[in-house]
Amino acid sequence: MTMRWFYYAAPQTFYGLAGRLWPWLAALALALTLAGLWVGFALAPADAQQGEGYRIIFVHVPVSWMSMVIYLAMAFWAVLGLTFNTRLSGMMTRALAPTGAMFAFLSLWTGALWGKPMWGTWWVWDARLTSELILFFLYLGYIALTSAIDDVRRADRAGALIAIVGAINVPIIYFSVKWWNTLHQGASVSLTRSPSMAQLMLWGMLLMALAMWVYTLAIVCYRVRTLIIERERHTDWVQALPEVAGAKA
Amino acid sequence: MNAFFAVVARDLRLAFRRKAEVLSGLFFFVVVAALFPLAIGPEAVTLRHIGPGVLWVGALLASMLTLPRLFENDWRDGSLEHLVLSPHPLGLLVLGKILAHWLVSGLPLVALAPLLGLQFDLPSDALGMLALSLLLGTPVLSCIGAIGAALTLGVRGGGVLIALLVLPLFVPVLVFGAGAVEALSSGLGAQAHVSILLAMLLPAVFFSPWACSAALRIALE
Amino acid sequence: MSQLQAIALSCERGGRPLFAPQSFTLSAGQAMQIEGDNGSGKTSLLRMVCGLAPTASGEVRWGGQAIAEVRHAFSRDLLYLGHNLGLKDELSALENLQTASVLAGHVVSHPQALQALQSQGLEARAHLPLRVLSQGQKRRVALARLQLSKARLWVLDEPFVALDTLAVHALQQVLRNHLQQDGLLLFTSHQAVDLGSAVLPWRLGR
Repeated sequence: MTMRWFYYAAPQTFYGLAGRLWPWLAALALALTLAGLWVGFALAPADAQQGEGYRIIFVHVPVSWMSMVIYLAMAFWAVLGLTFNTRLSGMMTRALAPTGAMFAFLSLWTGALWGKPMWGTWWVWDARLTSELILFFLYLGYIALTSAIDDVRRADRAGALIAIVGAINVPIIYFSVKWWNTLHQGASVSLTRSPSMAQLMLWGMLLMALAMWVYTLAIVCYRVRTLIIERERHTDWVQALPEVAGAKA
Repeated sequence: MNAFFAVVARDLRLAFRRKAEVLSGLFFFVVVAALFPLAIGPEAVTLRHIGPGVLWVGALLASMLTLPRLFENDWRDGSLEHLVLSPHPLGLLVLGKILAHWLVSGLPLVALAPLLGLQFDLPSDALGMLALSLLLGTPVLSCIGAIGAALTLGVRGGGVLIALLVLPLFVPVLVFGAGAVEALSSGLGAQAHVSILLAMLLPAVFFSPWACSAALRIALE
Repeated sequence: MSQLQAIALSCERGGRPLFAPQSFTLSAGQAMQIEGDNGSGKTSLLRMVCGLAPTASGEVRWGGQAIAEVRHAFSRDLLYLGHNLGLKDELSALENLQTASVLAGHVVSHPQALQALQSQGLEARAHLPLRVLSQGQKRRVALARLQLSKARLWVLDEPFVALDTLAVHALQQVLRNHLQQDGLLLFTSHQAVDLGSAVLPWRLGR
């Protein structure tokens, strides 16, 4: 079993695998997104208190969830990379970061879009939104660090370390922000107090979450392929690839 | 243990012979603390309210200013490699450097903060809690900041990059540190805050040297 | 018996191997001089031997065991001096020597350090900050450090650079003493050196 994993950890093998996978994943992501949006915007009934505006929840909750999951995935690959020293781990972490940052940003943006019609403000210092903001900063920190270091190997390893340190701190940060919020504000305004979940609404959110997960897989496959070509460009097998040989011709 | 004290003594000696670097951090703290009343207005009620928060943020930023210095000089003159190649555990030596850094950059903030607190018309018990919370919190800042400093050795835009990496990680310390003073002022009592600050200090002191060692080895590769 | 073995060492820079895999053995009392053009990877090779830089392939063995396994013992036996001397300008020569010795794993007393500086002709300046010493004098402080070192393996990167004739002789004497006491020496230099016994040349290049 371990041998299989290390086989796929070789950039050359992964390149082929990812190349075959990503178009299917992208198509699946599109299908799931359409299904989820249909459930969320067409099928699910309007909420008694919040009217139609609550529908943003079908985007807000899945993106928030994804931003957390992706950070954990980054930390996972970071640990793998520092332990086993495989080149692919560093590429996976780097490929995940922009998508994670995007989801974190979307979470903040959809949170604001929800907040404005509901509570009249664009921003509210709700515990979850604030934690999301800090998570966004953690993503930015990782991206800034890996971009600033020229040496690829050092950048990967330094980024892995900061990702792990961040991951360990996320529960501490969440706890402290939650505590800070309840003390200062009272629970009057909260985006976590979502309307009672009808079965259909849950399905809609699950579909959207799954869609985003599959999208992430697709885009990571695609991005890692680009990273592989860039980093392994001096090897024979990359030079022999049709897309590379064709570009030079 | 000998080596630990040797590192602390050496770094302290170096700091005292480079006073300008050390004092600039403190002056920064004083200046930042003065900026807020200028920006917000001199009403005593407002100042008393924002005082603890402003001073905590000021201390945080002043600590951060001095972080690049922690490993930079050693890295430039080649002594960092001697630390890494030493038979003594690198974590112990790094802890020595962090301790020296805190003694020189953190502890003076603890002493200065109550004085600046007078500018915000804080009552004496609040000043005391401010000093205590900073006493417990600034070592955590030094510990976490050291990891950022080690990761960004020799990297372009080092100072700002450290800030971006490390400020989000400081949030819990800030929340409980500033919160302690406010809890005391509002009569709720700050025991929980102080306990939590202690609970953050101990893992930081144990975990940070280990993470810094890993980061330093990565930087030296 | 102390012995340094390099087995198929290679490293990469920018994705390309710097040099073909290098294998060599160094025994007690032997010195090896690594030669090569600028950029051929001499410093990288030395750093790999010390364990500072990762190897793209191969391993380094000290006393028959991989250095990763005997890290503590290896670091006790190793003295590495890179291009930068590892000296602090704000500290005096004495303070530098004493701190360096503690960090290297054996404490050197005040009189011992003073004596080493004396032999380098620096006793009058022993208490002054290194900042006021000339470059040549600073190098002699580094020499004093070598004299005091009890490490068995010395890895020196360009130790002879920018030294005047007198200093070159002084350094050669220190190195000769080290080899006579069954020490090992690995160094890089562009020039020919006289160390009493035969120096193994090693050429790095494609």
